[in-house]
Amino acid sequence: MSLSISLSVNGVAREVALDDPRVTLLDLLRERLDLTGTKKGCDRGQCGACTVLLDGRRINACLALAASCDGAAVLTIEGLAQGDTLHPVQAAFIAHDGLQCGFCTPGQIMSAVGLLREAQTGDDPERVREAMSGNLCRCGAYAGITEAILDAQRQLAAPDHAEAA
Amino acid sequence: MPSLNYAAPTSVQEAVALLAGAAGLAKPMAGGTDLLVQLRSGRLKPELIVDTKQIPGMIGIREEAGGFVIGGATSGAMLEAHAALKAAWPGVVEAMDLIGSEQIQGRASLAGNLCNASPAADSVPAMIAAAAVAVIVGPKGERTVPVESIVVSPGRTSLARDEFILAIRLPPRPAHSGDAYLRFIPRTEMDIAVVGCGVNVTLDAAGVCTAARVSVGAVAPTPLLVAEAGAALVGHTLDEATLAKLDAAARAACKPISDKRGTIEYRIKVAGVLARRAAAIAFERAAGRVAKGH
Ligand SMILES: Cc1cc2nc3c(=O)[nH]c(=O)nc-3n(C[C@H](O)[C@H](O)[C@H](O)COP(=O)(O)OP(=O)(O)OC[C@H]3O[C@@H](n4cnc5c(N)ncnc54)[C@H](O)[C@@H]3O)c2cc1C
Ligand code: FES
Ligand code: FES
Repeated sequence: MSLSISLSVNGVAREVALDDPRVTLLDLLRERLDLTGTKKGCDRGQCGACTVLLDGRRINACLALAASCDGAAVLTIEGLAQGDTLHPVQAAFIAHDGLQCGFCTPGQIMSAVGLLREAQTGDDPERVREAMSGNLCRCGAYAGITEAILDAQRQLAAPDHAEAA
Repeated sequence: MPSLNYAAPTSVQEAVALLAGAAGLAKPMAGGTDLLVQLRSGRLKPELIVDTKQIPGMIGIREEAGGFVIGGATSGAMLEAHAALKAAWPGVVEAMDLIGSEQIQGRASLAGNLCNASPAADSVPAMIAAAAVAVIVGPKGERTVPVESIVVSPGRTSLARDEFILAIRLPPRPAHSGDAYLRFIPRTEMDIAVVGCGVNVTLDAAGVCTAARVSVGAVAPTPLLVAEAGAALVGHTLDEATLAKLDAAARAACKPISDKRGTIEYRIKVAGVLARRAAAIAFERAAGRVAKGH
């Protein structure tokens, strides 16, 4: 069975023919659209390495059928920076050593961008940690990740950054 | 690999016809957070997946006749963001919110949690305590079924193959009502309940309980409505004797298994303790005092 879908990926309209409806959004991004920034850790919803924003909300790309994303807007790690200018969350991860090997990092960053949009945690590190509990880091960079998110939140709240996220 | 078909119908009739017409196994899909894992592991080999998210009424929350109608595929994130629902049914919303991470919350639904039919499904005891009903659609039209009658055994529901849940209905709320759901897990996040317990009460102006429903999860093949536990609360305030009766009734209903998460004895003991704690929160909420779930 072949299915044809259209979706927006990082602001670019894409038309894709799917030969098998089992294809996940994650496999579509990585194997068909060559967007390999989104990582496959567990492929079953447990690690968060595949986190992307679907219509503005963070989801695990490994648990979404590509076919069910027809008409949707997807934002991946590749769509965050504006040219050479990093997104404030990306810059904060570097400034605060929010990574070691980097495998979990795209998912952490997309999850953090989603978290900041949800605006539910305030500046409480405990609530930030809870809201990031769907993103595992085998290197244990958690302390830096939490600091990076709190710092990015402060920067984005500053007047000159009002619309960057 | 056997072939799999996918359809995203835009009406109930179309969806029912697709489910009825499939030669092999046909599965409705809401968020897919259970379905995709089972598809991947090979545990489930459907011939057809019917994505229900494009069907009118499947996504969204509306107030109706003093109660709430929650579309079958409405995500946990949408429940959490609905202030009126959260104010009326904090226990149901917090139970749903316990499911997985924020990423899972973006997709996972009440109907999917119910129809996956896990004994440990977190939202189910909360829905049972709330006296929620499932609005089921099929070839013969619509029928409503109490949530406690949906799961018949692990992984199996009472729905026919050509039926699916269009919405979950929560009843109107009398004054001085409150609900709560608590689960016990070895970690603080991202784990499966060892025991879960939902309590829903209505009090009179003096704080005496006039109606109560108690449900426990993960301690039997299906989530249970424990009538004796509800009866233990009615006519009483939360004094020690009442709590002891509630505890005993909750424990008596348990028919758990021993597994790596807990032994039979442990699960039974925890069920009694959670019933006491959830009742305390439900009473506080019913009395209008703010109580945080966990
Ligand atoms: C990492 C992770 C953590 C999780 N944590 C928890 C947890 O803490 N607690 C918990 O209870 N669960 C947990 N789950 C399981 C799952 O997320 C929930 O059960 C969720 O609510 C399922 O909803 P869904 O919409 O994704 O269902 P789907 O996967 O779409 O469907 C689940 C089942 O229900 C059927 N179904 C779906 N919609 C309908 C409908 N409208 N009518 C009839 N049948 C239908 C499907 O055919 C399927 O059998 C977790 C899952 C993952 C991957
Ligand atoms: S790869 Fe999707 S959550 Fe692990
Ligand atoms: S930086 Fe290595 S897994 Fe997180």
